[in-house]
Amino acid sequence: MQLRGVRKVYNLGMANETEVLHGIDLTVRSGEFCAVVGPSGSGKSTLLNIVGLLDRATAGTVEVCGEQTTVLDDGALTRLRGHGIGFVFQHHHLITAFTALENVMLPMLGAEEFANDAMRVRAEALIASVGLTAWQDNASGELSGGQQQRVAIARALAMGPALLLADEPTGNLDTRSADEVFALLRRLNAEQGTTVLFVTHNPVFAERCDRIIEVIDGRIATDPQDAVTPPTPRRALTEPT
Amino acid sequence: MFSRRLPFEWIVALRFLREGRLQTAFIIAGVAIGVAVIVFMSALMAGLQSNFIRRVLSASAHIELLPPEQVSRPLRRGAQGIGGGGEVEREVEAAIVQVPLQRMTSIDQWQAMAVQIRAMPQVRVVAPIAAGSALVVRGGATRAITLSGIDPEQYFRIVDLPAKVVRGDTRLLGGDILIGTELARDLGVDVGDTLRVSAGTGAGAVSTTLSICGVFDLGNKGANQRSTYVALRTAQSLLGLPGGVSGLQVTVSDVYAAETVARAITAATGIQADSWITANAQFFTAVSAQTTANTAIRFFVGLSVAFGIASVLAVVVVQRSREIGILRAMGISRAQILRLFLLQGGLLALSGAVLGSGIGALGLVLWQRLARNADGTPLFGLVMDPALFAAALLLATLTGLVAAFAPARSAARLDPVVAIRG
Repeated sequence: MQLRGVRKVYNLGMANETEVLHGIDLTVRSGEFCAVVGPSGSGKSTLLNIVGLLDRATAGTVEVCGEQTTVLDDGALTRLRGHGIGFVFQHHHLITAFTALENVMLPMLGAEEFANDAMRVRAEALIASVGLTAWQDNASGELSGGQQQRVAIARALAMGPALLLADEPTGNLDTRSADEVFALLRRLNAEQGTTVLFVTHNPVFAERCDRIIEVIDGRIATDPQDAVTPPTPRRALTEPT
Repeated sequence: MFSRRLPFEWIVALRFLREGRLQTAFIIAGVAIGVAVIVFMSALMAGLQSNFIRRVLSASAHIELLPPEQVSRPLRRGAQGIGGGGEVEREVEAAIVQVPLQRMTSIDQWQAMAVQIRAMPQVRVVAPIAAGSALVVRGGATRAITLSGIDPEQYFRIVDLPAKVVRGDTRLLGGDILIGTELARDLGVDVGDTLRVSAGTGAGAVSTTLSICGVFDLGNKGANQRSTYVALRTAQSLLGLPGGVSGLQVTVSDVYAAETVARAITAATGIQADSWITANAQFFTAVSAQTTANTAIRFFVGLSVAFGIASVLAVVVVQRSREIGILRAMGISRAQILRLFLLQGGLLALSGAVLGSGIGALGLVLWQRLARNADGTPLFGLVMDPALFAAALLLATLTGLVAAFAPARSAARLDPVVAIRG
């Protein structure tokens, strides 16, 4: 995954034009587990949305899963997003009309590439891998926050994505659930080599990541891979958020 | 647990509708009421109209063929055009033309013509009739009557006289006459009595004695006073039409096509043919006006159903925008989201239409049971036309799809980033 000179301007050409990202250069290698930190409103989520192909950069190039996405149309972006990228959000965002297992099956159902049995077997394996087999047939609203977030992770992995984007997945959870979710992400990264971009405000989790990318005011402030700015994660993370 | 037997959009649409139970129930009820009103009204109107038409047509043929009218030919003279060296031929009516007296005449070659008309498509019955005025004398009393000479076998297929006979029968041999109840009372006669019937005046006057074989009730006092039926032969000799007929009566399978068939008959035979539509122009206009009003009402009910579906779906799209965003993030395409919401509109309308058809049918059954004449017979027969229900289902579903289009498009166009942020 590689970003080059990515800028994002909202309300382009209008009076309330605001530039959220000012030229981001970022390379994440396959299999890396990166924390993305920074104060609220610094552009972390926007960055994640652009990497996740939910949003388009105003300028610059975005390369995801080896594809130059700037030139792709909406349909191609949707396909690439469906197959290459998994999302986990702060508010677990399960579809409440479905059970836990069905939520995991939904992306496969939508992709219309799986046979019925294969889809079910895969979904059950994913639910098992997040330790929720006993709850798989419960309505998603009946699960606790931590359980819902684990289902959301299983769902994000349904299509076997190379890149997992987690936007403050632990933000809404109690300490124990948050720990479980973080441990789960680390394990998936270790076992399956899934690249993880993990937005967090929690310095403890950030420090347990391979690499910390700090975004401040739409720029990458500190990144150990960045030769210009030496990594100073500890100081940055103690800033009020 | 869902299965791949259904496509993605169907599964999600059904689940969304099931989850939003109350909303779904309300809009289905709304659609059902609309469809029930449309179904009920359509069947009621169709029943009412066919009842009207049956009443109008039960005592008359759909098409009547008349002998050519006698016309006076005006005197004409050719005149040279004046001035400009023109050779213009002018026709000038030289005198006021008096409308001639219409004598009783027959249709030439009516037997051959009847065969020819009977062979035309749509034509069901062709019955010869020799009708004219006559006087009936009984002691000191005299009454003017309309004497209709008929071929019972054919004519009774047009007008079901046997069903209207209250006393006697309708065998109509050469010396028999059928009279109405009023005439029987006026003359103090009944089945088996004889009447002297005379037609024509002066030297041409013919009279004969006929015996009453039956008394009928046409349900109309005037008709019961004047109408009489005799065998065709008897009327021919009384009216001075030996072997001839004063008209041919025709019924067709589709009463609304009567005018078209009448024109075809005129074109084929050269004989003037009047359909019931031209003969009852005012009645026909009233029926069409009613149809138009009915169509307008149905249209507006349908329109309000459509807006109901559209507004509920618009609310659903707003309520579900976060889920739409999640689905989009999962790799669900815009086209799939569009279909998902179109499908919800179609399903809401279809289930509402099924329910509404049921309610409409129930209403019709109740109506038939409750709305009765004083004697307990149904006010008029209602036809439960399967085509009506099929059309209601199809139209309602199409309406649902069309109504869902705007909300579905707005759902498909939702920016996932904005939708997820809520």
